[in-house]
Amino acid sequence: MHTIDCGHISSVSSPSIGEAGRTGDWRDSTPVIDPQKCIPMKRNKPSCFLCWLYCPEAAINRGIPVEIDLEYCKGCGICAEECPAGAITLVEESNLTIR
Amino acid sequence: MTESVLSLPDKEYMLPGNRTCAGCSLGIAYRHILKALGESTIVTVPASCLTVLHGMYPITSVNIPCMNVTFPSTAAAAAGLVAGLKAIGKKGITVVGFAGDGGTHDIGIQALSGAAERNTDFIYICYDNEAYMNTGGQRSSSTPLGATTTTTPVLGKAQHQKDMPAIMAAHRVPYVATASSSYPLDLYEKVKKARDIMGTRFLYISTPCPPGWLFPPKDTVKIGRLAVETGMVVLYEIENGGFRLTGASERLAAKGSLRPVREYIELQGRFRHITKDQIEELQRWVDSRWEEYLARQTPRPPDYSTLQN
Ligand SMILES: Cc1ncc(C[n+]2csc(CCOP(=O)(O)OP(=O)(O)O)c2C)c(N)n1
Ligand code: SF4
Ligand code: SF4
Ligand code: SF4
Ligand SMILES: [Mg+2]
Repeated sequence: MHTIDCGHISSVSSPSIGEAGRTGDWRDSTPVIDPQKCIPMKRNKPSCFLCWLYCPEAAINRGIPVEIDLEYCKGCGICAEECPAGAITLVEESNLTIR
Repeated sequence: MTESVLSLPDKEYMLPGNRTCAGCSLGIAYRHILKALGESTIVTVPASCLTVLHGMYPITSVNIPCMNVTFPSTAAAAAGLVAGLKAIGKKGITVVGFAGDGGTHDIGIQALSGAAERNTDFIYICYDNEAYMNTGGQRSSSTPLGATTTTTPVLGKAQHQKDMPAIMAAHRVPYVATASSSYPLDLYEKVKKARDIMGTRFLYISTPCPPGWLFPPKDTVKIGRLAVETGMVVLYEIENGGFRLTGASERLAAKGSLRPVREYIELQGRFRHITKDQIEELQRWVDSRWEEYLARQTPRPPDYSTLQN
């Protein structure tokens, strides 16, 4: 818990990831990135990162390799929809072989 | 300076694993707003989907201080924080009142108008998902004509949206801007600009809501973009009274045409009951507003930073 030095605030929350639990469990399909198609990964040079820009969950890193935090990704599909290279595919959870 | 995806700060103040629905555009907007504001920020938030995003006691998914306040009191509480910080001599902290459309256009307008009239030194941000979404999607004064909500279940809403940014501009505050979660760089630049201005600064942000507007979560960014491309949402800023279209709307004005409103409407289940007459009326409303904006457009001020001797 945070300590409050002013003496006037009785209850304060502490910041943490996963406040709503493991939100990755909400997913019915999972975004999978193809490194052969992803622009910064293919060129090994920072660029694009539109998936990072638009992810509502802050679950994608802006680095090489581009990675998705599947603990918390809710599977909305925005990243796949907005990727200009078509590098992200949403795979149904039941068809997923890699995890 | 014009921002790029690579120049935005890395630090995330909104943390993953929060309570918003999959595909919620508020997450996109909030991430980049907090990046622009930085850590010397206090937000006040009333009951809304943003409270849900912030999380349940004793844990929060946001890394900056937030004061949860009652539904009508966002601007009053923020004004109190400004006064309190001044009284104890704390400088350099940005106070931000942050509420939904229900909390701004309807129940919060009195406190906000009062604070704006006093030119209170704060930023007020309204994110507009065009209904009372946190309580299941009741009509607000920002619900568009023809949209079905739980309180306009049969015929859809019979009135147009209230023009909240125009109401704020009528207070002659130093800065009023509109933005959209589908254009995060434009949003980021406006928030950063607002941060460094003194007095009341008002930002209106269009934030599409998949379960409320009834479209698939993957289309959130696309729907927000279509709202701008059809003129349902117009991006502009009013700086010390000078009106200027910005970003995508400025480009559309230069190109000379908007897409038909129908293209926006037909992708959303909330417009399932809209009539042909209402679509025509909505189109007239969009067109006349767009003409007004074009007529008000002031020339872009010269950017001296790019000139060389
Ligand atoms: C005085 C009062 N009336 C009603 C409520 C119930 N309530 C909580 S959130 C909410 C809707 C908020 O709508 P909006 O401000 O648009 O934010 P959104 O949930 O859409 O993000 C309502 C009606 C309340 N908390 N306080
Ligand atoms: S949007 Fe697509 S191409 Fe761009 S960084 Fe993400 S995965 Fe790679
Ligand atoms: S599916 Fe949605 S939550 Fe998951 S990484 Fe893509 S944009 Fe983020
Ligand atoms: S109801 Fe809409 S605005 Fe609220 S959390 Fe869900 S998607 Fe976001
Ligand atoms: Mg709302």
